[in-house]
Amino acid sequence: MSDAERTRPDESRKPTLAVWKFASCDGCQLTLLNCEDELLAVAGAIQVANFTEASREVVDGPYDLSLVEGSITTPHDAERIREVRQASRFLVTIGACATAGGIQALRNFSADLAPLVYATPAYIETLRTSTAIADHVPVDFELRGCPIDRRQLLEVISAYLLGRKPRVRGHSVCIECKRAGHTCVMVAHGTPCLGPVTQAGCGALCPSFARGCYGCFGPMETPNTAALSARWRELGAGDGDLVRAFRTFNAGAQAFREEAEVHDTAADDPR
Amino acid sequence: MTQRPMTRVKVPVLARVEGEGGLEIVTEDGQVTEARLDIYEPPRFFEGLLRGRRYTEPPDITARICGICPVAYQMSACLAIEDACGVTVPEQVTALRRLLYCGEWIESHVLHIYLLHAPDFLGYSSGIHLARDHPEILQRGLRLKKAGNRLMEVIGGRSVHPVNVRVGGFYRAPDPRDLHALAGELEWARQAALDTVNWVAAFDFPEFSRDYEYVSLLDPAGYPVMGDRVASSRGLDIPARDYDKYFTELQVPHSTALHSLLDGGRTYLVGPLARYSMHSGRLHEAAASAARAAGLGATCANPFRSIIVRAVELVYACEEALRLIGRYEPPDPPSVDVPPAAATGYGCTEAPRGMLYHRYQINADGTIANAKIVPPTSQNQRVIEADLREFAGARLALPHEQLTWQCEQAVRNHDPCISCSTHFLDLRVVNRAAARPPAGAGPASTRT
Repeated sequence: MSDAERTRPDESRKPTLAVWKFASCDGCQLTLLNCEDELLAVAGAIQVANFTEASREVVDGPYDLSLVEGSITTPHDAERIREVRQASRFLVTIGACATAGGIQALRNFSADLAPLVYATPAYIETLRTSTAIADHVPVDFELRGCPIDRRQLLEVISAYLLGRKPRVRGHSVCIECKRAGHTCVMVAHGTPCLGPVTQAGCGALCPSFARGCYGCFGPMETPNTAALSARWRELGAGDGDLVRAFRTFNAGAQAFREEAEVHDTAADDPR
Repeated sequence: MTQRPMTRVKVPVLARVEGEGGLEIVTEDGQVTEARLDIYEPPRFFEGLLRGRRYTEPPDITARICGICPVAYQMSACLAIEDACGVTVPEQVTALRRLLYCGEWIESHVLHIYLLHAPDFLGYSSGIHLARDHPEILQRGLRLKKAGNRLMEVIGGRSVHPVNVRVGGFYRAPDPRDLHALAGELEWARQAALDTVNWVAAFDFPEFSRDYEYVSLLDPAGYPVMGDRVASSRGLDIPARDYDKYFTELQVPHSTALHSLLDGGRTYLVGPLARYSMHSGRLHEAAASAARAAGLGATCANPFRSIIVRAVELVYACEEALRLIGRYEPPDPPSVDVPPAAATGYGCTEAPRGMLYHRYQINADGTIANAKIVPPTSQNQRVIEADLREFAGARLALPHEQLTWQCEQAVRNHDPCISCSTHFLDLRVVNRAAARPPAGAGPASTRT
């Protein structure tokens, strides 16, 4: 039996979903498969038309909704994302790689790394930088996180199906943390925490494990990073610590990038 | 499309693998002369970007190499750094790590069995297509996967990139009540895993076996999950710290993942087949008797039957998780102090796909001087190519579409994680006389 024969008749009327991967760890698209209780309902409401990690079947575009994971790191991918954009009515980037360049954007701040990993770097065709999808094509919505949160992903897909704006808030982890009733790790234990400048969405996971937030969801709306850095200094952090704290998975996000630069220039002194 | 089966064949991106790569088979006079797994996943240079970071950061940073097996990266990183700093963690920490690892084996193996591999045997394009005819089967798979993810969430905070792992142990020890609350679902999962063994054992398997050299860890705690010795089925038995003396990495033009060789020239296999074939005697009785009932001997050399071995390991992981929860004592404190030392450390653990090696050289100030990471999929690339050569060679007369699907399946047998190894799978069967397409040109045009 061919796939076409197995496709239900009403399948053609459903909106189509495509999932695309660029430089990434697969964790954000895995989050879709991790919606164990909702996956079959999602597949009932939307036609999974192109999801290479999950299916051999590829339905031709254009696609109604494209979820894009990963960052742009090669000349080929810089071209491919344009084709994906052209084939997509609504394009949502998912995860820190796609929204900020990911952990691989650390290369943007250092010398060429290929010789450190590969004996013959000439075989490797990459760009000097790792950049967000929005740096290359217009993006309709950015879903943050390293990884994204399952509930937020379902909210984005539901909102798309209902034709409304996704309810994803831009406030800090602190709001989530207070609501969950966690003890503030910075006030109570003096543990440096990025929660005050990081966007909510994870459920304030790290403070619930007595750990300071390490910034997986990137900068909140209007973050006061300078004030947080000052507080971190009082807690004993040096310039190197601040640079490393702001330069992880969202190193390429503007507010974090700029705050790291402030301390990077100050830190000419070797540790 | 064409009546000439051995001219160039091209299918879109190889599906149902983690990451993206391509596949090319070259034939001459009806013989396979070359079979290549092309990996053109854009490299992310983890080993380079770790330089200058704090020695406490690799568990969080290297977890981002793979969303499917982040715990493997976290565990190998912790073991290597603790080794460099001369710290041995308490038994309770090791037991909790093993328990977290069980969650990852469950989640990852179920993903591969139900969503990536079983559809091949049943003729479906995906698990979602399978669910249209057999919803109860996919629902069992999804519930099983959730059981693994839930275990990871209770211990690690989330299943993709857990937050609770640190060098020296954990940020907070899970409350025993929260772990005990998982026991009921894990008991269901153990039974569902046994049902999974029966389900997959009834699939049709091609008659195909290979003379593999298996490599796996030796784990004092039982069936290998974490350990400090590396052994092979042909007599290698070395401490993990001697890894670099015996295993060499090699760069090839068609892959952004480095290939691995043993003793300068031998191709070897890591993963479930290797673990099982070397250590089936160390499985618990439930898993061992399920393996026997499924027709597995003490070893397994048919890579297509790896789906049964994964299901047996799934039984093992559920059983082991229950055992570890039953005797769980929260490590107190949850982590031990690991002061930095100017030294090099080595760590090996068994990711769901096979052995994962990390090595870190740490400076006296606690920054990382250099790092080396050898993921299981890099190690298995040569085996995958050798499998393809032998498998396709005997089947060149098959209709093209069927050959293509079976070759894809031969790759999926090893559950390659291309994101780990460095991504596009694009199968090309090329006759030497035929022109080759420009490298990497395929997917862009076929995907949009």
